[in-house]
Amino acid sequence: MDKNNSKAWLYLLPAMIFLGVFMIYPLFDVIIYSVEEGYNFASQTYFGIGDYNFAYVLRDTYFLQALKNTFILVIITVPLSTGIALLISVGINSITKLRDFYQTVFFLPYVTNTLAVGLVFMILFKKTPYSDGFVNLLITTAGGTTVDFIDGPYWAKMFVMCFYTVWVVLPFKILILTSALASVNPDYYKAARVDGTSKLRIFTRITLPMISPMIFYLVITGFIGAFKAYSDVVAIFGTNLNAAGMNTIVGYVYDMLYGDSGGYPSFAAAAALILFAIVLTITCINLLISNKNTHYA
Amino acid sequence: MNTNTDFSAIEKKSQRNERIRKIITYVLLTFWAVIVLFPFYWMILTSVKSYSAYNSEYVPQLYTLSPTMQNYFDAFTAVPLTRYFLNTLIFTVVTTLLMMVVTVLAAFAFARLKFPGKDILFTLFLSLMMIPNELVIITNFVTITNAGMRNSYIGLILPSVTSVFYIYLLKENFEQIPEELYKAAKVDGTSDFKYLWKVMIPICQPTMVTIAILKVIECWNSYVWPRLITDDQAYFLVSNGIQEIRENGFGRENIPAMMAAVVVISVPLIVLFLIFHKKIMAGVSRGGTKG
Repeated sequence: MDKNNSKAWLYLLPAMIFLGVFMIYPLFDVIIYSVEEGYNFASQTYFGIGDYNFAYVLRDTYFLQALKNTFILVIITVPLSTGIALLISVGINSITKLRDFYQTVFFLPYVTNTLAVGLVFMILFKKTPYSDGFVNLLITTAGGTTVDFIDGPYWAKMFVMCFYTVWVVLPFKILILTSALASVNPDYYKAARVDGTSKLRIFTRITLPMISPMIFYLVITGFIGAFKAYSDVVAIFGTNLNAAGMNTIVGYVYDMLYGDSGGYPSFAAAAALILFAIVLTITCINLLISNKNTHYA
Repeated sequence: MNTNTDFSAIEKKSQRNERIRKIITYVLLTFWAVIVLFPFYWMILTSVKSYSAYNSEYVPQLYTLSPTMQNYFDAFTAVPLTRYFLNTLIFTVVTTLLMMVVTVLAAFAFARLKFPGKDILFTLFLSLMMIPNELVIITNFVTITNAGMRNSYIGLILPSVTSVFYIYLLKENFEQIPEELYKAAKVDGTSDFKYLWKVMIPICQPTMVTIAILKVIECWNSYVWPRLITDDQAYFLVSNGIQEIRENGFGRENIPAMMAAVVVISVPLIVLFLIFHKKIMAGVSRGGTKG
């Protein structure tokens, strides 16, 4: 037994070393960083312990801008992407011809490089002196006036950011909802049809309650993911997000850590902990709501 | 007689409604399929337009009559695209292999071996899944920097190896193998390691392939960590390479050459996806998280 015991630990050793060094230790370390005031990266010294880092971050206009951008992005994209995903999944489930084809196409963005395709989106939306770009071509054809989506007004930039985010997150949601819809017991539908229930009523009274656990799962993971938006934004607006006025909270953390404005791990740690607190709060609220409203079959 | 015609009228009407519903569904699905596919079409199209032709189009053209391969040639010669590619390949292969070894060993210990404190330890493992990457990346950045491992493969790879979720996934799969098999092997005097290697891994191969593919996708697309830890172009991965090309490569206006680079970078994963799409989609619906 004792021999078996030590052998088990030997099997676990690699995983424990990796997790210990790169996950558990950093978790405590980040809290220490966040309370060390005036930490200097080069000399690794600090003045004292306190909440100055949090106070600084919460007053920093760049952070407040990032907070605003992130909240707008979350509030727009999470409901929108879940709604569109539901619509498309219902569509996919109601057809038989070409079903595999549509499913495969819709999943394609999941496996593509966010940075690479983001560059294509930038070109489609960008307006340069040489060309108005493809999207502006569509707008003028429809009778509108051209807008610079990349360097122009705030809401135009926000639109591109939300559009690309929805484009990136939809594959996962469509996949999950399609398989959830397919797994609803067909007997319920047959029973409803015998009773002459209308399609809309079948959808709101049978389908939605049956897949509600999955919808809430997607809403919760969607909130978490959208709060961490970063690389899709970089893909469109470039690495200097503060200059574009399009920074996100995660972007702020990385800017504080590294790059032209970097070298302040204490501020980065404070901002990251604030983000974690926000995400945790929202997730708890989501869980409370979903426990009340979810129907578990 | 009268009631009969009524029925056929109702039936006709419902059939017509059904057809209209079907048409709307297909139009909707096709509309979104176009939005999904259009960026890919646009990047391929732009990549075969010549530099001068592209820049003389004030109104973008949706097709080209004189495709050229010049941009692909430029993409490989003007910027170190081959280097980025090779770096990403090394990073992806080594990280995935290391991850598989660590994951298999840990999953085996949790699934088959008996030792005190196993349940508590496993719960602790699971709770690690809640820790966001953004929180631990700060210390990891400092750790790797202080260890002098910036701009090195080791620095890129080590913090990317761990995946608590995959340990969990594989452990569940290992546990489905009947315990009797293990006991029989024990009676025959087979060692634990040989049993793992000869019996468990072959049986659980489908799950392992899924995990490996998901990790490959994750590695190929990783951007944040490589950006923090490399500022020497010799160690850039493709994502960072794209960003570099966009900001400093080719001259800002050579969009066709940029698109050629983007196509080259996107192709490997798309090919992988087209070959394994059933497996990838099944794997992601079981355990993927993104967005």
